[in-house]
Amino acid sequence: MFYIHCPYCGEHREEEEFHPKGQAHIARPQEPESCSDEAWGDYLFFRDNPRGIHHELWVHAVGCRKFFNITRHTVSYAILETYKMGEQPTFTAENPEGRPSVAADPASLREGVRA
Amino acid sequence: MSQPRQQANRLAQGGRIDRSRRLSFSFNGQTYQGHAGDTLASALLANGVDIVNRSFKYSRARGIVAAGAEEPNALVQLGDGEAAQVPNVRATQQALYDGLSARSTNGWPNVQRDLMGLVGKLSGSFMPPGFYYKTFMAPASMWLTYEKYIRKSAGLGRSPMEGDPDIYDHLHQHCDVLVVGAGPAGLAAALAAARSGARVIVADEQEEMGGSLLDSRELLDDRPADQWVAETLEALSAMDNVTLLSRTTANGYHDHHFVTLHERRTEHLADTAPRKEGRRQVRSRLHRVRAGRVVLATGAHERPLVYAGNDVPGNLLAGAVSTYIRRYGVVPGQRLVLSTSNDHAYRAALDWVEAGREVVAIADARANPDGELVAEARVKGIRVITGSAVVEAKGDSRVNAARIAPIDIAGFRVVGTAETLACDTIASSGGYSPVIHLASHTGCRPTWRDDRLGFVPNTVPGVAAAGGAQAVYATAEVLDDGVAAGRQAAVEAGFEAVSVSPPQVPARRDGEACALYQVPHEKTTLRAPKQFVDLQNDVTAAGIEVATREGFESIEHVKRYTAMGFGTDQGKLGNINGMAIAARCLGRSIPEVGTTVFRPNYTPVTFGSIVGRHCGELFDPERYTAMHQWHVEQGAAFEDVGQWKRPWYFPRQVDGKTESMDEAVARECLAVREKVGILDASTLGKIDIQGPDAREFLGRVYTNKWAKLAPGRVRYGLMCKDDGMVFDDGTTSCLGDNHFLMTTSTGGAATVMEWLEIWHQTEWPELDVYFNSVTDHWATMTVTGPEARKLMEEVTTDIDLDRDSFKFMDWREGKVAGVPARVFRISFTGELAYEINVQANYALPVWETLFAHGNKYGLTPYGTETMHVLRAEKGFIIAGQDTDGSVTPEDLGMYWAIGYDKPFSWIGKRALTRPDSARAGRKQLVGLKPRDSQVVLEEGAPIVLDPNHAIPMPMEGHVTSSYYSPTLASGFALAVVKGGQQKMGESVYLPMADGQVHEAEIVSTIFLDPKGERQHV
Repeated sequence: MFYIHCPYCGEHREEEEFHPKGQAHIARPQEPESCSDEAWGDYLFFRDNPRGIHHELWVHAVGCRKFFNITRHTVSYAILETYKMGEQPTFTAENPEGRPSVAADPASLREGVRA
Repeated sequence: MSQPRQQANRLAQGGRIDRSRRLSFSFNGQTYQGHAGDTLASALLANGVDIVNRSFKYSRARGIVAAGAEEPNALVQLGDGEAAQVPNVRATQQALYDGLSARSTNGWPNVQRDLMGLVGKLSGSFMPPGFYYKTFMAPASMWLTYEKYIRKSAGLGRSPMEGDPDIYDHLHQHCDVLVVGAGPAGLAAALAAARSGARVIVADEQEEMGGSLLDSRELLDDRPADQWVAETLEALSAMDNVTLLSRTTANGYHDHHFVTLHERRTEHLADTAPRKEGRRQVRSRLHRVRAGRVVLATGAHERPLVYAGNDVPGNLLAGAVSTYIRRYGVVPGQRLVLSTSNDHAYRAALDWVEAGREVVAIADARANPDGELVAEARVKGIRVITGSAVVEAKGDSRVNAARIAPIDIAGFRVVGTAETLACDTIASSGGYSPVIHLASHTGCRPTWRDDRLGFVPNTVPGVAAAGGAQAVYATAEVLDDGVAAGRQAAVEAGFEAVSVSPPQVPARRDGEACALYQVPHEKTTLRAPKQFVDLQNDVTAAGIEVATREGFESIEHVKRYTAMGFGTDQGKLGNINGMAIAARCLGRSIPEVGTTVFRPNYTPVTFGSIVGRHCGELFDPERYTAMHQWHVEQGAAFEDVGQWKRPWYFPRQVDGKTESMDEAVARECLAVREKVGILDASTLGKIDIQGPDAREFLGRVYTNKWAKLAPGRVRYGLMCKDDGMVFDDGTTSCLGDNHFLMTTSTGGAATVMEWLEIWHQTEWPELDVYFNSVTDHWATMTVTGPEARKLMEEVTTDIDLDRDSFKFMDWREGKVAGVPARVFRISFTGELAYEINVQANYALPVWETLFAHGNKYGLTPYGTETMHVLRAEKGFIIAGQDTDGSVTPEDLGMYWAIGYDKPFSWIGKRALTRPDSARAGRKQLVGLKPRDSQVVLEEGAPIVLDPNHAIPMPMEGHVTSSYYSPTLASGFALAVVKGGQQKMGESVYLPMADGQVHEAEIVSTIFLDPKGERQHV
């Protein structure tokens, strides 16, 4: 069971307070009517299933009710970071160690953000 | 019951038992005596009970092998009464209490004489690996028959047939450092971490903390090891930041340092929790620990050697022999032969001799063992036979001799003549396997260490293994390792390191161990007497060899084919030996073969503990409306809708008999159609929506138009997902230009709320709009029927009920029964209807006032079943019943609710023109009228066009809703049928499971009042 840091509440809470909502950063096309059927189908149905770093949308369902993003490793289940809507991840498939300034922050290590 | 027997194997002194307290217990109906401090296993051995079980597959006699969680044989069924039955209890882990009653899990008709035992003896190849797959593969239909008999004879314990009388708790715990295991490493780690100020939890599965120190021969700070244990425990328990949990097994290591600890609080006292000061005690606690750092001081399990006949009672682990002698004052035999690959096991022989019994010989597989313990054994006059091992144990129900032969380990063969020595006990040791189960739960594969002859754990960050769990075995090193791990964990958790000096242990020089797993026999493995690897699952070395010959090369496949490491055992004793044998057969090394994965739980956990208090009425929260008590008093039958308890129907007493549901529903339906009825609709989801962009937002999430809905007006709305499929519907009322009240289906309330939020928060944060769930704040009562207006006129003075000023789909604010209310002219019945919303805590008096005035109009309460019939007569859908996530608004024929020309491409619109959504022949909602009007079609029944078509018939659709209409005096249904909107008047057929075929006509979904005049009156 995950231990999730809600970036809005600023606290770690048990997974049962949260709901997962699938892959993060799936933007609805601005002009759906000009999308091809294929492009619309990709937006609707196609999702990544990576072995490794994955960005996920979660909601603090029985807490602040805010949606936010989690960068999670799908093998170790380690949560590398959580970040608010509109923000970009520090840890990515291309940059798995994260931006140095963040990765080296001992405070985040202690709080188990990288548990 | 016969007379208690003597404890023939109990030593006159020694051990940690309380000799002043005699306890009486029964095993397989025979009464015995033991002492406080005994386990069931030590008490059975004290009484000379050799056979404790019959084996799973071959039904061979089995005795106690180990002294702890790794015991594979001594599984018992515990409990006196039916409700107290506990299956699969390890006798080695069950504390003895007065009156304990246990039976062998296996063995039919009994363990001493076993019919199935013949099967095992008659043919060694009767049950080869993959036996079930090969023998009972076909016909599949016979499997249930086979399984019944296999289970009966195999016996896996049985569940109680009565309810559990005990209560169980769940506790949520947080700590900086969790220490699992309270042996030397765990206690040292706990001390180091606690002294630095960290909050520490120490969990240990045994009756007493101390682990291997409780039966150690060594001195710590020149005193017996158990004295250091007592002092350390005293120091730890005096510290506020330390929680000591004994009788507590860490069973699962889950994500992010979430560890489940299972604390048995009364199982050492009785089979059900005894009362304490008149109160029920909690039988067990499940601690759900979220730890900052974890020290795994879980120790190591001794590996038995694999030799012929190694399962005959009297074959024990060397370390277990020492434990029984030193901790329980029990010598499990008279004449011992020890077979070992290492120095540690010599302790068993030394303890045995000191207990005053005979050690016949020690067979040491090494050519030149030269450690201190070896020398000590020789000084005591024990015969040490080097370069040799026990190749075969003789005996049936008890060992009566050991055959010892010189062996060539590398060549895997016997290289000389065997010597047969009479004995009744064979202790064996092939070294130790670190207990890596918890570390494995984290998903990390262990690493093989050739120098330690074992797998050591790898872990996720924040976890450290210490002591035996890390393949460190010398007591002095174990203590140092524990201190270091505890200190490191505390520092990582943010505390200052504090220096803790472990006690001094005299250094002991041990000789190097050799790698020995399966002992060679004069015959080949396949022809030699059975050499058991996994005693619990009856897996033999030959079985593993056969599996590898048949092409199973992956250890995971070998495991599944042979069942090695299955069941409650989880491979504690046998896994490494099994892997070593597979490696030998495949010509690979152990690390190349690798390990299987250990999974939670470490030892079986009783279901009660997992369930905790979440049973009975606390299984799931129940939600009640403000009128719930009234419904109860009226004798309503209830239906669960989500967590809500909704009145289903209100049966009345007619001529001294209670109405059936059909009778009640017919009466309720006619009351609404002819007079007036009332429904408690409080459970409908209600979402208060405010903000300058509220109207724009509604236009985006609903399929229909909202731009012009004026305050005081109500509109029906349909909601789709972006794939164009309907997922909820309801009405939304305009309370003010920037203020709306949305209603949702009862079951969809939370989903719709989250749906609105996700779109607002993730896609359109620029819209200024706010959502609040007000479902529980407002109680809703629907007054509906031709007489509804007359009734309303009596309970309100400030709402103009004139049909032209308060029209259908209007809402008004005013007082009802003196209480501020919102009244909506919304109709889910097709009749004149007023939905009265009042603040929930005022609702019951309003409801009662309505009845005070309504009786003369025949006001009839109705439930969800009548609601369903009435709405279906009107063709009103229920999202989730008439739709299933594959139905578009067009499929429903609800073109009037689709805003094709709205400026914003609302959720679901684009998908309606996808080829699959737009194609002809989609399933469309239609009405069905059975040709036989008294037939009520089955919901879910498949629809075909040609009932004479060969099976499989092409399915054209299915029934979604079906009822009997008392108004129409006919059955009727809603259904989805391919291209149904173009098939009005055509016949379809519904073949039923019983062979009947119903015929029905496709009709409009609206069965009553097609122009909708009744709701407008």
